Amino acid sequence: MRSRVPWLLVVPAVLGMAFLVLPLAGLLVRAPWSTLPQRLSEPQVLEALRLSLVTASVATAVCLVLGVPLAWLLARTDFPGRRLLRALVTVPLVLPPVVGGVALLLVLGRRGLVGQWLESVSGFSLPFTTAGVVVAEAFVAMPFLVIAVEGALRAADVRYEEAAATLGASRFTVFRRVTLPLVAPGVLAGAVLCWARALGEFGATITFAGNFPGRTQTMPLAVYLALETEPEAAIVLSLVLLAVSVFILVALRDRWVGAAA
Amino acid sequence: MTLRARIVVRRPAFRLDLDLTVGRGEVVTLLGPNGAGKTTALRALAGLIPLTEGSIELDGVRIEREPAERRPVGVVFQDYLLFPHLSALDNVAFGPRCQGRSKAEARSLARELLDRMGLAEFSSVRPRRLSGGQAQRVALARALAVEPRLLLLDEPLAALDAHTRLEIRSELRRRLTGFDGATVLVTHDPLDAMVLADRLVVVENGAVVQEGTPAEIARRPRTDYVARLVGLNLFRGEGDGDRVRVGDLVFAAEERVSGPAFVAFAPGAVALYRTRPDGSPRNLWEGRIDGIERHGDHIRVHVDGPVPVAADVTPAAVAELDLTPGRRIWVSVKATETHAYPA
Repeated sequence: MRSRVPWLLVVPAVLGMAFLVLPLAGLLVRAPWSTLPQRLSEPQVLEALRLSLVTASVATAVCLVLGVPLAWLLARTDFPGRRLLRALVTVPLVLPPVVGGVALLLVLGRRGLVGQWLESVSGFSLPFTTAGVVVAEAFVAMPFLVIAVEGALRAADVRYEEAAATLGASRFTVFRRVTLPLVAPGVLAGAVLCWARALGEFGATITFAGNFPGRTQTMPLAVYLALETEPEAAIVLSLVLLAVSVFILVALRDRWVGAAA
Repeated sequence: MTLRARIVVRRPAFRLDLDLTVGRGEVVTLLGPNGAGKTTALRALAGLIPLTEGSIELDGVRIEREPAERRPVGVVFQDYLLFPHLSALDNVAFGPRCQGRSKAEARSLARELLDRMGLAEFSSVRPRRLSGGQAQRVALARALAVEPRLLLLDEPLAALDAHTRLEIRSELRRRLTGFDGATVLVTHDPLDAMVLADRLVVVENGAVVQEGTPAEIARRPRTDYVARLVGLNLFRGEGDGDRVRVGDLVFAAEERVSGPAFVAFAPGAVALYRTRPDGSPRNLWEGRIDGIERHGDHIRVHVDGPVPVAADVTPAAVAELDLTPGRRIWVSVKATETHAYPA
């Protein structure tokens, strides 16, 4: 028989659980359930929701196009400075998003290193545009994808890639026809994490793209703003984000995390 | 000669250095203990690891600098490594596709190969639903689909259970006979090696220690490892006419040999006695029983002494002679079953 679980571990564990669960419960308790449908159909809410979904999806697409090859480079090739590059790639993971936003402004802003040049060439400037929201979200979310895909690549059996090479496949063909299908679950999980992170992005977005309804005001920004003027609306918006998070968590667990374990 | 290679791969604390020539349609088996460098040699031939030194010439063309994807080489890997996300058909069609054939063309070629392997009805099946034997045939079909000039097989039977192994082994032998390029096969199983090879190359510690037809190797082993594999007692001594001196012992042998020589005899040629038998002092010595084990339908007795030998006796003899570990025993070997050959 197993001996009793020590109280010294059980008490903090229960407190910790309460700490994580209670706020969410509070959200559910205080939700204005009777006016919920009406609240959800308000144009501002719908507008913020639409903008959030669109920008998070586009940002995820950008991350996939740039991040998967980057992960491959980190996992499958060896070049001087690879470890340093890997460390740099993960910096946005730990960087306060606001700092990320400031950094983006300095580089891509109207007077930024690249932004200045971009504006003089194309007359286009990123800050305070929907495209700027996508950039801010991608900046913050891409490390999640890169880390997930790199992990999947490292865990994948490289002998399949060798087998493909002996069958005459070039390195790109190996990547496309063998590596990518083998790590598809990892890529998918990374993309979902990336999307969730982009959806919740606040600091970098408000710093770099501002808070313009319909153009750069995503759900988290709308929540923050509504909290000061209309707390009930903030709760409704938060509920929507919570629902999305829970949905992602459940989907991830059952489909991909579960299958991989 | 189809393949002519000198493979040198140097690693910290390991050096592989072997010469290999394989003729058209010939099956050469690299046989050796784990860690001998057999798989390393195969990977070097396939282009999966670079040579430190040496050359690989296939049909008169040097290929050692070509990357794996440009060598006319087909590989059947240990565990087969069939792509799990592709059907058996698409696994086989993968190579032809990479060679630039159209999807339809590659698939019809693959279908033909699977058909020839007797796997026509499995073409749409994913690898994980195939049995070990079927997977091996798909792997062979996949390797042959690129029309290689050199076919490499790494432990092609190791993933199979003992029951199916027998059947698959002879079937593989038949299929390899049908291939007209050079074949190099790696195994640590002497039976696989004997059945599948036209010629054996025994590799130990990264070097060739013996080479020859399976029959030659089985009759005249030259290292302890090979002797153990083929089940013979083997000693190195000094030949002098019809006698070979091994330490203090004198062996009378069938063959005449002078200079450094090997003496080999089967465990079945060894007789054990409680007391010193009468007659010639040749091929006779006293030792101590080291261990006793079942070996097929007889008992194998290991006797330590001036030289360590294995003797096969009947279960009745074990009881009669009261053979127990630690007991002192007289050992004699029939001269007519003792073979001597130059070392």
